[in-house]
Amino acid sequence: MRIGQVGFGGISKEINLAYVPEAKVGNYVIVHVGFAISILNEEEAHRVFETLHELNAMDNPDLS
Amino acid sequence: MKYVDEYRNSKEAELFANAIRKSTTRPWTLMEICGGQTHSIAKYSLQDLLPETISLLHGPGCPVCVTPINLIDKAVHIAAQPNVIFCSFGDMLRVPGSKENLLTVKSKGGDLRIVYSPLDALKIAQDNPQKEVVFFAIGFETTAPANAMAIYKAKLDDINNISFLVSQVIVPPAIRSILGSSENRVQGFLAAGHVCTVMGYQEYEPISQQYRIPIVVTGFEPLDILQGIYLCVKQLEEGRAEVENQYSRSVRKEGNLSAQKIIQEVFQIVARHWRGIGEIAQSGLGLREAYAQFDAENKFPHEVHSQERSTECISGLVLQGIKKPNECQAFGKSCTPESPLGATMVSTEGACAAYYRYQSV
Amino acid sequence: MNKNNEDFSNCPLPIDSSSFITLAHGGGGKLTHQLIEKLFRPAFNNSELETQHDGAVINIPSEKLALTTDSYVVRPLIFPGGNIGSLAVNGTVNDLAMCGAQPLYLTAAFILEEGLPMELLWTIVQAMKRSADHAGVKIITGDTKVVDKGKGDGIFINTSGVGVIEHSLKIHPKSIQPGDVVLLSGDIGRHGIAIMAAREGLGFQDQVESDCAAVSHLVQNLINAGIEIHCMRDLTRGGLATALIEMAQTSAVSINIIESEIPVREDVKGACEILGLDPFYVANEGRFVVFVKADHAKYAMEVMRKDELGSQASIIGTVMEAPKETVILKTQIGTSRILDMLSGEQLPRIC
Ligand code: SF4
Repeated sequence: MRIGQVGFGGISKEINLAYVPEAKVGNYVIVHVGFAISILNEEEAHRVFETLHELNAMDNPDLS
Repeated sequence: MKYVDEYRNSKEAELFANAIRKSTTRPWTLMEICGGQTHSIAKYSLQDLLPETISLLHGPGCPVCVTPINLIDKAVHIAAQPNVIFCSFGDMLRVPGSKENLLTVKSKGGDLRIVYSPLDALKIAQDNPQKEVVFFAIGFETTAPANAMAIYKAKLDDINNISFLVSQVIVPPAIRSILGSSENRVQGFLAAGHVCTVMGYQEYEPISQQYRIPIVVTGFEPLDILQGIYLCVKQLEEGRAEVENQYSRSVRKEGNLSAQKIIQEVFQIVARHWRGIGEIAQSGLGLREAYAQFDAENKFPHEVHSQERSTECISGLVLQGIKKPNECQAFGKSCTPESPLGATMVSTEGACAAYYRYQSV
Repeated sequence: MNKNNEDFSNCPLPIDSSSFITLAHGGGGKLTHQLIEKLFRPAFNNSELETQHDGAVINIPSEKLALTTDSYVVRPLIFPGGNIGSLAVNGTVNDLAMCGAQPLYLTAAFILEEGLPMELLWTIVQAMKRSADHAGVKIITGDTKVVDKGKGDGIFINTSGVGVIEHSLKIHPKSIQPGDVVLLSGDIGRHGIAIMAAREGLGFQDQVESDCAAVSHLVQNLINAGIEIHCMRDLTRGGLATALIEMAQTSAVSINIIESEIPVREDVKGACEILGLDPFYVANEGRFVVFVKADHAKYAMEVMRKDELGSQASIIGTVMEAPKETVILKTQIGTSRILDMLSGEQLPRIC
């Protein structure tokens, strides 16, 4: 089983990577009870903020 | 921490709150499924950012809370056996059984270990070949891949001094059960982001269609939850009922296929009893025949006659979103985290404990 | 931990004859004598101890004294950033400091479990010496008992302390006034995480070091700078939240604090995130909060920051009249909630 070091802020811990076979060094992963259960999609991660800024721009056209 | 701190930002929280306020014209009642979300909502007092017309109900998604009392009693019995090392996630220890909880067993000299992962229990079993190690395998779909892997590995590596007391439950049947109830008040769901990370969200589509209800797969950070609420309200206001994915940074439609494969290998769908709610058909996972030797209930056959201590406790209604914790007579009076009457007052993800610990001003 | 082993090379006891504590070490005979003469006395070496009396006789140049006592049990005995010895000295020194006293003398009583490696005892005693020197206190009398194997957790230590109060400040929860400003001396949560990581075998790759330290000089600096201190409390078990709640209750005020002003190191944050713990409730051993008159707050912060131990000192909140006996936290996202006392120890949760 694949094991990897995962950093959580300033601390790292061995995490089981069996469920993210495509994980590469440098990826962000979501971890639950010692297992990585997905690789974080960094593009999608910014979507929350994009939607938000679009919403905001619609409300305040002059500010944007 | 990257991808955590950004989602706990006050400026952006305020922007989402504004957007929610602007798009709300009528009262709506939403339910978050997952205990982790309940915890965040209480910890960040998110309700204070919402217009009064939006009310949040807290769902049955705290695995500690719904573990049936009968299994707690079995755990207490097994943990008290000489030669047993009983391993559990920390928050199970204070959950009340009929007479005792696991912490009492510990203070009487039982060998109880808090573990972070089921693999830690496996390691303890390997390190203590003369002992019987039992792991309390509770959880929703999120924990299932970890528990399944530990069981799978135990078989593969021939580790025979470990067994698992399984209380795995799954979300969709619980949603159906809530929606099917005549007392249902829920108009939109925030589905649990990590559960869907494992299982995907295809299974929620027929539910959304059948009951004409918006279901938004949502993360756990304050901004995730606010966005989930926003998307849900928007659907309701526009008369739509769809499955949407707010937590797209982790959730893919089909979920995590390799995790699902191991779950399939080890577990099969069974009926499960949910504490406070009762039995729900096809709502849980049990060990397949091929793994029966790792079933702690087989290894330690013992009949327990379980009985809830309190008749006041309405945790079942709380878990189904019919009542709020502060509508319970006992809340904060005879029931506190120090002396909980129901499991929802124990786990930090339980609605009663979350309300008690994180009161808004 | 290699550092500690090196200390052992200087251990003056004949290792071959007694590398472990035996019941005879507590019997009052030759071995007891040897233990005191070879291990404790040279380590704590001072004139009061040299009198070899049943007790210490001391001259105290002050009318007002502070007296405190505390017993120390900790598992593991040695943890990153300290051990039960440094803890036993710093803890009692800090209790004195919180009364506004300048700590002077400590006593130390040891309950040793049969079988305790002599090497370990030596390491612990050395740490006590270092901490005492650092805090400017002397360990002037003590006691040793040995209990049967299985009747103790290796070693228990009790320390009592005496300090002098040489100012007219009334440092007490009752002195806390609405309008007072609350300062925190540094980042929180390190001791609890260090202990938990060492105890539960969580397999963290990086060590979180305990914050175990004496804070008495920081307090003296504040007093010497003329800061009007109303109250102080060191943050031990139960963490920042518990200390503040206790103070709000005793002084019948409302304490309002701001989450974003409270320093938590990234490693502690990460560990808390993994374990589902709230750093506000995690133990510390070298941190304190101080309540000062509002217009002294800025200066107090500057004074604290001049010292390395206080380099992260920050103003974390203010005292209000109402709602009484309540601590209100302004969260990172701008909402407010009441901080509540925890029931028992925080247990790691799962989701
Ligand atoms: S407050 Fe206590 S008694 Fe009431 S529902 Fe919650 S757990 Fe049960």
